[in-house]
Amino acid sequence: MKDETIIKGVAHTETIHDSAIKQVQGRAEYTDDLAEPYGLLHAYLGLSTCANGRIVSMDLDAVRSAPGVVGVLTAEDIPGHNDVSPTGKHDDPVFAEGEVKFWGQPIFAVVAETRDLARRAATKAKIEYEARPHALAPIEARDAGFGYVTDPLTLRRGDAAKGLAASPRRIKGRMSVGGQDHFYLEGQIAMAVPGEDEDVIINVSTQHPSEAQHMVAHVLGVANHSVVVNVRRMGGGFGGKESQMSLFAAVAAVAAKKWNRAVKIRPDRDDDMSATGKRHDFVIDYEIGFDDDGRILAVRGDWYARCGFSADLSGAVTDRALFHADNAYYYPDVELHSHPMRTNTVSNTAFRGFGGPQGIVAAERMIEEVAYALGRDPLEIRKLNLYQNGQLTPYHQEVNDQIMPQIFEEIEASSDYHARRQAVLDWNARAAREGGVIRKGIAIVPVKFGISFTATHFNQAGSLIHIYTDGSISLNHGGTEMGQGLNTKIAQVVAEAFQCDISRIKITKTTTEKVPNTSATAASSGTDLNGMAALDAAEQIKARLIDFVAERWQAPRDEVKFVPGHVRAGETDIPFNEVIASAYAARIQLSAAGFYKTPKIHWDRPTGRGRPFYYYAYGAAVAEVSVDTLTGEYVIDRADVLHDVGRSLNPALDKGQVEGAFVQGTGWLTCEELWWDKKGQLRTHAPSTYKIPLASDKPRIFNVKLADWSENAERSIKRSKAVGEPPFNLGISVFEAINMAVASLTDYREPARLDAPATPECVLMAVRRLQG
Amino acid sequence: MTSELRFLLNDREICLTDVGASDTLLDFLRIERRLIGTKEGCAEGDCGACTVMLGKLTETGMVYEPINACIRFMASCNACHIVTIEHLEGPDGGLHPLQAAMVEHHGSQCGFCTPGIVMALYGLWMSNPDAGVTEIENALQGNLCRCTGYEPIVNAALAAGRAGGQAQDALTRERGAVAVRLRAMSGQRVELVRGSDVSIIPADTDDLAAVLEDHPKATIVAGATDVGLWVTKFLRNISPAVFIGHLMKDMKVEGGEIRLGAGVTYSEAEPLIAEHIPAALDYWRCIGGWQVRNMGTVGANIANGSPIGDTPPLLIALGARIVLRKGAARREVELQDYFIEYGKQDRKPGEFVEEVIIPIRSDALVAAYKISKRRHSDITAVAAGFCLTVENGIITDARVAFGGMAGIPKRADRAEAALQGQPFAAASFDAAAKAVGEDFQPLSDWRASAEYRSAVTANLFRRFWLEQTETGLPVRLNYAVGA
Repeated sequence: MKDETIIKGVAHTETIHDSAIKQVQGRAEYTDDLAEPYGLLHAYLGLSTCANGRIVSMDLDAVRSAPGVVGVLTAEDIPGHNDVSPTGKHDDPVFAEGEVKFWGQPIFAVVAETRDLARRAATKAKIEYEARPHALAPIEARDAGFGYVTDPLTLRRGDAAKGLAASPRRIKGRMSVGGQDHFYLEGQIAMAVPGEDEDVIINVSTQHPSEAQHMVAHVLGVANHSVVVNVRRMGGGFGGKESQMSLFAAVAAVAAKKWNRAVKIRPDRDDDMSATGKRHDFVIDYEIGFDDDGRILAVRGDWYARCGFSADLSGAVTDRALFHADNAYYYPDVELHSHPMRTNTVSNTAFRGFGGPQGIVAAERMIEEVAYALGRDPLEIRKLNLYQNGQLTPYHQEVNDQIMPQIFEEIEASSDYHARRQAVLDWNARAAREGGVIRKGIAIVPVKFGISFTATHFNQAGSLIHIYTDGSISLNHGGTEMGQGLNTKIAQVVAEAFQCDISRIKITKTTTEKVPNTSATAASSGTDLNGMAALDAAEQIKARLIDFVAERWQAPRDEVKFVPGHVRAGETDIPFNEVIASAYAARIQLSAAGFYKTPKIHWDRPTGRGRPFYYYAYGAAVAEVSVDTLTGEYVIDRADVLHDVGRSLNPALDKGQVEGAFVQGTGWLTCEELWWDKKGQLRTHAPSTYKIPLASDKPRIFNVKLADWSENAERSIKRSKAVGEPPFNLGISVFEAINMAVASLTDYREPARLDAPATPECVLMAVRRLQG
Repeated sequence: MTSELRFLLNDREICLTDVGASDTLLDFLRIERRLIGTKEGCAEGDCGACTVMLGKLTETGMVYEPINACIRFMASCNACHIVTIEHLEGPDGGLHPLQAAMVEHHGSQCGFCTPGIVMALYGLWMSNPDAGVTEIENALQGNLCRCTGYEPIVNAALAAGRAGGQAQDALTRERGAVAVRLRAMSGQRVELVRGSDVSIIPADTDDLAAVLEDHPKATIVAGATDVGLWVTKFLRNISPAVFIGHLMKDMKVEGGEIRLGAGVTYSEAEPLIAEHIPAALDYWRCIGGWQVRNMGTVGANIANGSPIGDTPPLLIALGARIVLRKGAARREVELQDYFIEYGKQDRKPGEFVEEVIIPIRSDALVAAYKISKRRHSDITAVAAGFCLTVENGIITDARVAFGGMAGIPKRADRAEAALQGQPFAAASFDAAAKAVGEDFQPLSDWRASAEYRSAVTANLFRRFWLEQTETGLPVRLNYAVGA
């Protein structure tokens, strides 16, 4: 390591992603790129072709005798538990046993010498079902009496019934919001390598290595210490690899132990999309009471979710939908219910926002209802109902870090919102007069997003730092890198702590061997938690080094400090490398394990009260769209975003998160449509049929800014704020702008009440409805 | 005749004898050669993570284009130059200007799509150094990125264009030498046999005719943008397969007609479309993604008989004909008559589409429309081609064809009748919009419901009319960046 006085890559700088150079060269390794162990076998899943039914017969002889096949695994071959339920509900079998509960459910796996042979063999299964009636959609499931997959939640403050009854105006409505496939570019994959005794090492694309470890141990029936899970990076996760990778890790592990050979499993994209969960679709019934000024007085709502056949993370997801049913607005009397419905579909799971967007999109629909009923700009209604510090959310957390007024003020000016809204109104008026077929809409939508896992115990993290004798630093933490730049940000924190160049630091793969009992890299919390844990480890080592330097270089302890590339002892600057070499020789421990737990938070689910969130992240977007009323097609003419990430650890990476989240949120509400046929088969299960946004779909003008004046009111890592999920919600501005363009057809007398996704078809049908 | 498949892979010459008809380039790269920079994201040519550059020898020298390795069959790589992301590395291990721009502009997040995006942009950077945002977006139609929202990628592409350096690029400097090496590999029939699996790469079109006489039931593979999925998605056995992507490349304009050899790709035909059917250029650029347009051929799009058909509705409206050949015998068929019913075309065993003849209708009002959930790189819900002749304010000839509305691409007889001989006026198009409802009984599927297909089809008559009318109000959405 060279001595340095000018250091790069400390906190709050636009440091490039630590893997960027490797990624552009194609040298960054993903799980399928790892050097394959000699004798590697490949597993492939056999999936059900029935949405709900009893398995009458299963003939796998042709599978077993297919070329290259080593063997077949079914539920009977599982040595431990046939279950990968992330919440201990024991309702998530690896392989269906006796009955299938959705089309695409894994029933068996075949293991063969090559992936191609395994895949071909899997098609030879003969399975007969006795079909039962199925229900795919949440209301259909409710009416069929399918019940809940997990306990519902009620949030209540004040008396909603009374508040509604006393409101001068009341509106009831229903909206349907579609789900979303993660479409991580790297599909699910796991490779298991057997070891001695009960050991097995799994390389798996996962956001939650500890859970993969625990699930594999559970399925194998061995202790957690026998299983090691590694992940260097993922090719995207977005929540889809928080629990859904367990299936693949478990199948690879069972096969690896059974045949004592390394086993890889990588489903084709169609099977990946059929057999793994997605964002929850919701049907939301809402009722809102308000006065003639547009002040909201009471809200009552029911959130029915398509959870799929098992609980997975649906409890927490539907909880978070309710936590965000207020978005940024104060509801004086409120009552909210979640309904996590059991359906004959794949078990839905985490996806960026984790239910929050489905709460927020309904909150914004209610704002539209009020605004259109009163003939007002929805922005006025929004401002009127924003939380004021000291007010309580429906879950009785006091809001005290409100910055929305400032965000609104700034973005209204920077986007020239008021003049552009007038121009849109004028455009539509002219189109109405002269028979124009292109209508326009503009909308400004805020977001307030709660940061922390609502399961309080997940809000902990660990880290491990070693400084080697040459002064190079090895940094490890429990978070996983899926593109968000977590490793880069944490390395920046450590570089800042040691006042060293970031090139001195290597972040190794995430592994359960180094940091145990980690939480998922989820809930936008990766940097908040792991950054703090890394800082804790760095501070421990620094304290030892300061003691050592004070003694060796004869300086008072409070005059020893870390300066770029050096440790300063009084008047003397000692190169970092020299300090490390001397400290080693003096037998100073140069390694530390760090730990962090988020303070202040608590949550009591039975009473629906507590402080589930450490703080809120805020933001707003203004979107303008044009809609072709002949075809329902649309284009996002412009989007302006102002988003709050507190004091950004890395403005370049944070801006990238905001831009990407916005476009992904837009995709959820526009072109991304999940479509099941009558038999219950998902027919949009590959990019040929499931359309995520392309470069040409992004806003034609796209201005994204960070609120650089914001600082986290809480003592978060360097006063930054989480960024992964909150800006996803800003895509709602596009959805609402499309609604406005359509509503112009009836001169805004009523909202267009589009369901999501607002595909061109959905838009044209709304146009026809409004045109009568 | 030879039994060796030969091509260039980066800087190496590859010679293979053990190749199956279904073997894909992506598996060869990743499994056989451990060139892991090229990724598999979907195995159906829709995500672009597997994008590589394919250099082909043309009459004017080497042409390099991005293609999807996942649905490119090995046999279709004969006498080509395959360039992967690994080849971009400079001799000193340094970054290519495009890669440097991607790093500087934070164009990668998870990085899985990145090599494919770099390769697509590399193709653009070489062929169009002055590309603006629209050209960049067109070049990225076949590449999905789920992380970035594309903004930094587009900015990187703009910066790389400004940085220049094409003349110094290895692929530019070595073009002449590569051409010489590829020429030495071309010109003779290649037959590859692995057990009962047979692949034939004919030497020329006459040889193709002979091969198909011997193997009348062979799978004919041109760009493989559809057949590729038969293999990667449905695990179908396509042997014996005849690979024709390198044949029938002639393009000419004579007698007021464009004559396209059946092997002309969408990209190769694009300049002629731009010049002679400018009204269809936007439509043309909405067919597949760029990689797909670099592989897929107009002839195979027709031969394949899809009920939607990217080109047939337009070409039927224009009155196109095709030349079918069997052995030495040729016959000419009206394109509209080629499609008989779903899954059935007027092509006999051993027969192949040799040429597509498209009348240039600069005398007529022409339009082509595509309706889909996503504007680019989406399979069409409804495709439409309009070609109307108007004389003295009267519609003297109306040809309107639709795809996605029936089992085959088909003319809208009743709508045409409603227009024929009528004044060129709004009322005539309203009548046609009404009449077209009688022409088709479309299906509902995941792309669109029957109701939507019918509604949009009727509205396209209105759009066509409005486009021809100067109202001062825009008729179509403006997708221009910075609009």
